[in-house]
Amino acid sequence: MSDLITEPGGKERGMKQLDRSLKAAGLVAVAVIAIGFPKAFPNPAITNYGVYAMIYVTVASAWNIFSGNTGYISLGQAVFYGSGAYALGAAASGWHFTGTAVFELLPFAGLVGAIIAVPVGLIALRVRRHTFIVITIAFFFIFQLMAFNLSFTHGTIGMNAPFLSWSAAGYNTPFYYIAMAYAAGTIAIAWLIRRSRFGLQLRAIRDDEDRARGLGVRTMRVKLSAFVISGAITAMIGSVWFYYVTQVQPSSGFDPLFDLTIVLMAFLGGYGSIIGTALGALIVEPVTLWLNTQPQFSGGYLSEILLGAVFLVVILFMPRGIFPTAGEWITRIRTRGRPAVVPATTVGVAASSVPATSVGSGSSGSSGGAR
Amino acid sequence: MTALLRTDGITKSFGGVRALNGATIDVAEGTVAGLIGPNGSGKTTLFNVITGYERADAGEVYYGDKAITNAAPDKVFAAGVGRTFQLTRIFPRLTVIENMLIAAQTKDKPKNVLAWFGRDAWTHHRRHALDLLAFVGIERHANVLAGSLSYGQRKLLELAYVLVAEPRVILLDEPAGGVNPTLINHIADRIRELNAEQGKTFLIVEHNMEFVMGLCSTITVLESGATVVSGPPDIVRTDKRVLDAYLGADLEEDSDDHPAE
Repeated sequence: MSDLITEPGGKERGMKQLDRSLKAAGLVAVAVIAIGFPKAFPNPAITNYGVYAMIYVTVASAWNIFSGNTGYISLGQAVFYGSGAYALGAAASGWHFTGTAVFELLPFAGLVGAIIAVPVGLIALRVRRHTFIVITIAFFFIFQLMAFNLSFTHGTIGMNAPFLSWSAAGYNTPFYYIAMAYAAGTIAIAWLIRRSRFGLQLRAIRDDEDRARGLGVRTMRVKLSAFVISGAITAMIGSVWFYYVTQVQPSSGFDPLFDLTIVLMAFLGGYGSIIGTALGALIVEPVTLWLNTQPQFSGGYLSEILLGAVFLVVILFMPRGIFPTAGEWITRIRTRGRPAVVPATTVGVAASSVPATSVGSGSSGSSGGAR
Repeated sequence: MTALLRTDGITKSFGGVRALNGATIDVAEGTVAGLIGPNGSGKTTLFNVITGYERADAGEVYYGDKAITNAAPDKVFAAGVGRTFQLTRIFPRLTVIENMLIAAQTKDKPKNVLAWFGRDAWTHHRRHALDLLAFVGIERHANVLAGSLSYGQRKLLELAYVLVAEPRVILLDEPAGGVNPTLINHIADRIRELNAEQGKTFLIVEHNMEFVMGLCSTITVLESGATVVSGPPDIVRTDKRVLDAYLGADLEEDSDDHPAE
């Protein structure tokens, strides 16, 4: 953030103003497109893409709030997604909510996600890097098994959502706007966190956790807070998804592919970057959805192979993601070989090679860096 | 003169290797003290024990007259003992000014949750942080990523961000290691200035004898984890045990390198 301390002079201020108005114009354009989308394409088959895209923008951005800032790669985001779905289903049937009143239960789903995140976080956040990833996978399977075996989740049959008496033609649009509100809200929260003291602490933990603690950062509290925020948002959007598709089974609510897809979205768009993550979701989700619905790909298994292949390519050749890599190219072209001014911006985190390996590395002196 | 920082018979083993074997050191308030010794003599381990990064097996660490033995690193830091690391530990993917603000954590606790998320909570630290960056001479780089600084600049940054929290004692682990001569003089001048004008107390581990002898008023020599001698530079320089420790009276003892160094 260049506005952190500099007191820009005349020319710089002019640039800054231009930059700011460009950003504002971009934001308005994005808002107009997002809001106008279901009006321009009212076909339910198309709005379905919109709903899913917005759901995944929300989940990927929520994942990014925790994993992107702290460097702790979580492969258990489905724990919250599925839990939110089941929480909404159980609450709606238990407390007899029907129709649009079910939406009043969204905060409850968020609360369930937050409550689940506390013990899970307290256990998983004791370990770092690869061990943390394995623990999150373990939690994922614990939750999937619980969904299979607990009595209120009804095993493999799963749960059905209360009936919503909307016409088929107008069914998707309200869901689209709800998911869009969540996506916008999550991105706003991610942005607020990024520029706050809290966000700074999270990123210090990513760079050198022990040193941060030595300097007085309450690392566990800070990590857990981000984990809880991320879990609560994911649970809420999971319950929206459940109401939208009207049913949830253990295999769909707690889907291992879901976890991988979220991570792919973040890495493809730009690990740690707010815009990059959202962009990654907007690219990946419609493509997988389209592949899944193509009969010649026989039920979608080919799309999963493709997904895996894209993942490999991204990790091997663009570990920093499309967005930061493209930004780097632009800088290189603009400076034409002259030594570039080191970007002081925090968007598009400069990760060294594969970020997972540089997470909280003790002797971080040589890792990371601006170039 | 009262000792501001004192250790008493610190013992620490890593497996079968005894890194510290009754290390005792006295740092009087307002002095610049040196800690020297051959590689593997336990200097860094002693730093780690004092600042809470390692637990002592036995012995006590006193800050003033308070025992801070085995207190957590953040408690030791908050109490007023700052330190730098041999291989600098900065936050490479934060900007220089953000590095400074992280270290300002201990100075004020946010009053409520909202203040935690706000950014103006640290506005008033920025001026102070910039002053300190100017003091060490890297204020021009305030907005670049710390990872893009040169090694010497990182050392300066680490010194500056330790100063943010206004510690009374500052432990420097090889501040002149791997740094060019001009910068070494610059660092020495900064230490002298902090000591003379603000009365900061220093404990410095350093292999550069010129640096240590020119800067420190007392020097403690550590060998095989135990204190050999402690006194003014002139005495220490001519002490036979010190010469033995450095030049190696018997070469069999050369194998006592331990993992923490």
